[in-house]
Amino acid sequence: MASNGGDASSIIREIERLKTEKSDIESRISILQAQLNETQIGPNGCDLSSLSPSSSPLPSRYDAASEHGLTPDMIHRYSRHLLLPSFGVDAQSRLLKSSILVVGAGGLGSPALLYLAACGVGRLGIVDNDVVELNNMHRQIIHTEAYIGQSKVKSAAAACRAINSTVELVEHREALLATNALDIVSKYDVVIDATDNAPSRYMINDCCVVLGKPLVSGAAVGLEGQLTVYNHNGGPCYRCLFPTPPPTTACQRCSDSGVLGVVPGVIGCLQALEAIKVASAIGEPLCERMLLFDALAARIRIVKIRGRSLQCDVCGENATLTRQLFQDFDYEKFTQTPVSSMTRPKLNLLPENARISTKEYKERVLNGEPHVLVDVRPSHHYKITALPKSLNIPLSSLEGQLPMISSALQELQEGNNLGSGSHPSLYVVCRRGNDSQRAVQYLHKMGFASARDIIGGLESWAQDADPNFPTY
Amino acid sequence: MHLTIEFGGGLELLCQSVKIHHVDVDMKPGEDKLAMRDLLSWVQTNLIKERPEMFMKDDHVRPGVLVLINDCDWELSGQLDTLLEEKDVIVFISTLHGG
Repeated sequence: MASNGGDASSIIREIERLKTEKSDIESRISILQAQLNETQIGPNGCDLSSLSPSSSPLPSRYDAASEHGLTPDMIHRYSRHLLLPSFGVDAQSRLLKSSILVVGAGGLGSPALLYLAACGVGRLGIVDNDVVELNNMHRQIIHTEAYIGQSKVKSAAAACRAINSTVELVEHREALLATNALDIVSKYDVVIDATDNAPSRYMINDCCVVLGKPLVSGAAVGLEGQLTVYNHNGGPCYRCLFPTPPPTTACQRCSDSGVLGVVPGVIGCLQALEAIKVASAIGEPLCERMLLFDALAARIRIVKIRGRSLQCDVCGENATLTRQLFQDFDYEKFTQTPVSSMTRPKLNLLPENARISTKEYKERVLNGEPHVLVDVRPSHHYKITALPKSLNIPLSSLEGQLPMISSALQELQEGNNLGSGSHPSLYVVCRRGNDSQRAVQYLHKMGFASARDIIGGLESWAQDADPNFPTY
Repeated sequence: MHLTIEFGGGLELLCQSVKIHHVDVDMKPGEDKLAMRDLLSWVQTNLIKERPEMFMKDDHVRPGVLVLINDCDWELSGQLDTLLEEKDVIVFISTLHGG
């Protein structure tokens, strides 16, 4: 029986293997069939299939088809679109002839690209210079684990091709900047802003104004999202709404504030929808209106926003933005924000003797130096991971918690029988080493003269002192 | 005057993470209308608990904040001069850049 059981399971395995092979072969056949059908319609629409010996005597290639240009495979693939009275073959064939550029293959770009590839946009461009990281995976659903460490554009294009091999995919593996934007954007009909920072948003807007392209703009942070269509149907551009950039401190990043994966997912899907509407010229695009999504409260509110501003610096009556001025404009300086969070400026508030490297701190811990370690991160950060025996006093509540530090130091002093000439050390740590400097500066002012900042925070600790320490 | 005031896009962090506030604003004696100009300073005094510079700059909301009165951009109703009415809903929302 045992050997029979073994035989049965190996047969089952063989059947599974053959089934997989079969479905692979079937999908290859259907791709080849699609290619064949494409080539059977000549460039000027003439039907070559009648030349084939197997062709039937029926009046072939359906007259209607030559008008809308959809092949039988296209008709089959997009049939549910074609069945929609408000979409139909007209909108589908406009979509098939259109081109859409998605800037950013991240949380917003992922679902947008998947839907745009699936729906049959003629040419789909993807711009990004990032690589796929493990902490992207929870929201950037176009990427798979196998692509970690590889180009996001390469990964996204492969996923799109797997869904629809008939879409032309253009991979722009570079950052979209004022210097290359005119060149890239001019090749597309519609632009989707799926970026994650203020300078890119102003730059993409200005580029779209210069080139007269509609811009589908989406954003998501935390549990909220926003969506609107700029520079279309006489509506406003981004600068009509936000002529002056916000202060840097008002620009939250997902890498600092967090984001629930499905929130950019919802906004990215809606961006795909608006882009499809614009490209196929159906319905009412979200111009002069803005959609505000509050995921936590389960509320979507669509509000009326101002029209095009006559005073707008880039699209107003006296606007002077030319291609050359655009290319020379410094968007990072204008918004006081770097495009990439990797290049954020390092804070340097303290004299050298008030700081200590993570390596040096590690040595002191190993030597058993009596000390108090204050972790000034918010408590929800502290819950993720923390150094042993650290005391969590968030920077925002430091002022009221000074007695806690005093008593911890006092306790150590007594417990270790340190003489009056020797005091326990006081170290301060945070995530990246900025808030810890602010805290040390404040502690010095409040009489804790020995307080020292651990340079580079827990990120440095994980990098230089303990490679097993989790990073987030 | 009874009003509903809402904060979003991160501005709620300035008022202890409370997004929706149902408030009664006292009118100046002898007046029955309230202008947005007056409401801004009322909000600054009564609702904003920290980093007030993240809400207002000079006598205006700071750049990057959209003000909506009954789901309409306040640019369409006269901005600071807009006169409010009983039960109006005023939303202050910070524009998002992440994605």
